Amino acid sequence: MNVLSKIAALGALALVTACTNNDPSALGGAGGAGALVPGSASDPRSPAYFQQAVGDRVLFAVDQSTLSPEAQTILQGQADWLLANTDYTATIEGHADEQGTREYNLALGARRANAAREFLISRGVAGNRLQTVSYGKERPIEICSTEECYSKNRRAVTVLTGSTAG
Amino acid sequence: MMKLLTSLLVGLTLLSAPASAQTGPLRLELDQGIIEPMPFAVPNFVPDTPAAAQYAADISRVIAADLTGTGLFREIAPEAFISRVNSFEAPIQFADWKAINADALLTGAVNLSGNTLTVRFRVWDVFSGQELGNGLQFSGPTDGWRRMAHKVADQVYGRITGEGGYFDSRVAFVSESGPKDQRRKRLAIMDYDGANVQYLTDSAAIVLAPRFSPAGDRLLYTSYESGRPRIYLLDVGRVRKQELKTQDGTMSFSPRFSPDGRSIVYSLTQGGNTDLWKMDLASGQSVRLTNTPAIETAPSYSPDGSRIVFESDRSGQPQLYVMPANGGEATRISFGQGRYGTPVWSPRGDLIAFTKQNKGRFHIGVMRVDGSEERLLTASFLDEGPTWSPNGRVIMFTRETQGASGRSSLYSVDISGRNLRPVRTPDGGSDPSWGPLLN
Repeated sequence: MNVLSKIAALGALALVTACTNNDPSALGGAGGAGALVPGSASDPRSPAYFQQAVGDRVLFAVDQSTLSPEAQTILQGQADWLLANTDYTATIEGHADEQGTREYNLALGARRANAAREFLISRGVAGNRLQTVSYGKERPIEICSTEECYSKNRRAVTVLTGSTAG
Repeated sequence: MMKLLTSLLVGLTLLSAPASAQTGPLRLELDQGIIEPMPFAVPNFVPDTPAAAQYAADISRVIAADLTGTGLFREIAPEAFISRVNSFEAPIQFADWKAINADALLTGAVNLSGNTLTVRFRVWDVFSGQELGNGLQFSGPTDGWRRMAHKVADQVYGRITGEGGYFDSRVAFVSESGPKDQRRKRLAIMDYDGANVQYLTDSAAIVLAPRFSPAGDRLLYTSYESGRPRIYLLDVGRVRKQELKTQDGTMSFSPRFSPDGRSIVYSLTQGGNTDLWKMDLASGQSVRLTNTPAIETAPSYSPDGSRIVFESDRSGQPQLYVMPANGGEATRISFGQGRYGTPVWSPRGDLIAFTKQNKGRFHIGVMRVDGSEERLLTASFLDEGPTWSPNGRVIMFTRETQGASGRSSLYSVDISGRNLRPVRTPDGGSDPSWGPLLN
């Protein structure tokens, strides 16, 4: 609820500030404010935009927590967005697939969340804006027992947790 | 207030022996590999009054289920009986029991007086015609009738195998419901055989891996109720919990009691790195036991408290290590193919149970404490999280089935690898922790 109201407020703010936005990915091709629906994925300052256009998650290889080039590209986008939208903080959730014991996967998820956090910090995002939590194998988004699902479950998801603009 | 594990206060009285009491020759040697279960007969216990008849029948059935559930005994169907046992004091017609090939015979009687049940029983070696041990009686409130049955079965098991039983014990576990991507988890406790399930938490927050205290009066577990995994200590009788405060970190998990119940060893994650720590419960003070960039988790004390076995991926993938209880140099003990995790020291001190992952399959296995004589007891899509019966003869664990409809449930297996059986729970179940024998 709280987040939703903040999203609405920020959406309105985005309309006003859009013309001064120096985010390289923002609005260039939007063709004017008329096409912009505040708070929607077309609004570059919206959490929905962060989630869908920037990409809120990075994926990992089996038992790994190193960031692939693709993951680094997504995280660079996340860093740019967070630097442009300083009202937001984030919690990075680390996850594992179901192969592996519960305890080990908790620790592995923590490694993945931390790898994403360290990358964002290295790109200038303040550490005190970034929390981490691991869910191990407790919260799969895909439920089949094949690599197709496992590859999507081995993830670190950057969840925007709020805005200090309140 | 809910009261769990209330004192059954089972009274125990020796009955006078009708003949010269002696230890008969009837004996199952568990280390010699029991292939053929021992045939035994349990005629329904004799009720002293009609009011006790249902208890007598139910208690007899639970005793028989306990014994057959071990895989070491085979019950002879009552339809085959030649003799009727209508009086607890009447002489046994051994020829009638020999004729149906019963090696052991259990006779008993049940008295109901107000709210108090009294169960008397004797164990007979049919071949020698001798009583095995002495007659005993247990008394307690009627709502503890299952416990009295378990106590009788523990006595029978003990007299025939020469080892302690495990029937009068409880198991803490995580009750699971809902689909895989919306799994709801509640902390629960039940009798070892799945009876008397009681829930200790709601499903508002994820709960993981309860661990019994050595005395069975407290549970450690991990909960997300603060938003992050944290360790909680729960007083089982009062169902009262407290968070155990650890150092700053993103999460604390995988706790286990020391054998004296005064401290715990656990995993703490800081900056993405997971190490082992030890906390003194009285002071709340923690000290670090490992300090490596590797994942160190799933610690378990040796029964004498001198050593800790744990899981670490310091070699590149998870393997088992043993170190002194105060930290220090760790010795790797697992060297087979695959990945090893969740080591648990047996209550007898002689074996370590573990989870092994190899070539896409999971196994529960045991090895000696130096890592030798590894034996895999199970194989499936996903087996994990072994816990020992109080006598170190049986292992309970989590088995999860494959695919979108995958479901977790509890299983037990003998350390011989035989007698794999499901443990019935109302919903799915995971992360069992087998408590001590009750008093």
